[in-house]
Amino acid sequence: MKEFKGNVLFLDRSDINTDEIIPAKYLTEIEKSAMKPHLLEDLKLEGFDPATDLAGKSVIVTRENFGCGSSREHAPWALEENNIHVVIAPSFARIFRQNMFNCGMLAIELSPDQICAVFDTFGKVSAQIVVDIDASLITIQGAAQMEKIEFNLSEFDKALVRTGGWVEYADTQY
Amino acid sequence: MGKTIAEKIFETHLVDEPFGDVSVLKLDRVFCHEITTPTAIQDLVARGKDRVFDPDKIKAVIDHVTPAKDSKTALQGKILRDWANRHGIKDFFDIGHNGVCHVIFPEKGFVQPGFTIIMGDSHTCTHGAFGAFAAGVGTTDLEVGILKGVCTFKKPDTYRMDIVGTLPNGVYAKDIILKVIQEITVNGATNMVIEFRGNIVDEMTMDQRMTLSNMAVEAGATSGICLPDMTTVDYLWAFIKDEYADKSAALEAFSRFNSDEDAIYAKLKTIDVSNLEPLTTFGYKPDNVKPVSQMKGTRIDQVYIGSCTNGRLEDLRIAATVLEGHTISDHVRGIVSPATPKIFSQALAEGIIKIFMDAGFCVTNPTCGACLGMSNGVLADGEVAASTTNRNFNGRMGKGGMVHLMSPATAAASAIKGEIANANLFCEQGSN
Repeated sequence: MKEFKGNVLFLDRSDINTDEIIPAKYLTEIEKSAMKPHLLEDLKLEGFDPATDLAGKSVIVTRENFGCGSSREHAPWALEENNIHVVIAPSFARIFRQNMFNCGMLAIELSPDQICAVFDTFGKVSAQIVVDIDASLITIQGAAQMEKIEFNLSEFDKALVRTGGWVEYADTQY
Repeated sequence: MGKTIAEKIFETHLVDEPFGDVSVLKLDRVFCHEITTPTAIQDLVARGKDRVFDPDKIKAVIDHVTPAKDSKTALQGKILRDWANRHGIKDFFDIGHNGVCHVIFPEKGFVQPGFTIIMGDSHTCTHGAFGAFAAGVGTTDLEVGILKGVCTFKKPDTYRMDIVGTLPNGVYAKDIILKVIQEITVNGATNMVIEFRGNIVDEMTMDQRMTLSNMAVEAGATSGICLPDMTTVDYLWAFIKDEYADKSAALEAFSRFNSDEDAIYAKLKTIDVSNLEPLTTFGYKPDNVKPVSQMKGTRIDQVYIGSCTNGRLEDLRIAATVLEGHTISDHVRGIVSPATPKIFSQALAEGIIKIFMDAGFCVTNPTCGACLGMSNGVLADGEVAASTTNRNFNGRMGKGGMVHLMSPATAAASAIKGEIANANLFCEQGSN
């Protein structure tokens, strides 16, 4: 199982699409490692600079409908190559969400109010998140504050994350 | 209790319900292209599982970058080609015979009502136009589909979308789907199937229904389904005539999937299109939609007519009706890409290609390239495109470029004018 903790990258915008996460021109690459330098290269977000803002970040907290658009699994791969294994948002596009779990990574949904509260409390400071899958609990630690938030995952999603993916699971079952 | 078409298809294809919260479905078709499949093939090889569940149910095409533009895209094509050969995948469409996946696969009769279909491409929802459950997936789901012929989905809630009224002249399926997305927003149907109903959908041709279903994913939907009827049977007849005594027998067989009168819908919406104007997008999201009349005068650098949304024969005919006798603006680069070789040939035979060329368009081979900024018409920073494609995301057709989505009629008119323009400037349009 992968590690699900680390410094938080806050992306304060809804509907971030997979073309922004990894532009189509890099889809000609066969190796996942080639995605690494291009994560979020085309993200339209005031003040965001992938060259400096991604360093040391392992968890993304963002707004609604993250990962919409193209089905490209290159988007989760680009995150994975940058050691980002968790995205937390009020909602995800279906294909992106499934791709995350299929790769043994986490796409965690919290309520819009909970996400707003996280942005309000921690969005302007540096924060760390630790995800405990067994306890279904997220711990957020900021400079001065700490919060614990419960989340829900289906048993199937947990099974995919624990076994590390869908390919082996399916080949033994079907 | 009644069931929707999606629920009926799930029921007839159910293999397992692991942990009770997802459905593992048996697949009738796994479609493949050269961008998302090679990584799946390589992973299967690395795992020692280089097998396919059924070579007759797998269909493959090179369509995103064709002819190959460099060594990397050449390698992607080679991986797919070699794999198709070694596994006996007979329905593999390579250069000279290839076309945009969501256009060529229906054209070959590979999509039938009641089918389950996946592909590593988000616009796979297009095939729902035939009454199939068709969904885009990532590479891992595709890989398992290839290996085992199964895929998991959550049980589908259905959003019933009734399109009713009288469609005004000069307003097309593209305008209708842009209206739908504007109304329900880019995640209005996430994790749902949109079931397109109403007299307007009943009256549509299969080409028009495919345009409608194609963009269901832009509202977040898993699939966009139209119920099979005699229009569906007529389209498919050449491929299914040996299986049924006559067309009514085929219709009866397909109708068993149709939603029951008392089916339960998660959401219901009715859109009356009687006063709909031609629409276009602004901004970087497909739900940023305005009437063309409010966007007129927006200067454009390139017009693209093609793609899995609007690269079909009817689309080219409509654009040609607008273009005939005109030349495009001096500052506009016009590109048209008929979506399959068959469409290209038919357009040639009908004189449509000549109309495009006389107007000053570049006619390219069938390919997806320009739509996602991979090849055959990439925008430069700051450039603006009027396009019949499906996504206006930031950088979609080239870094720093702006894309305005619209119907082929509006795109053709905009090409002539050099700025976004309504097609009624240039021709009296018949009903679509």
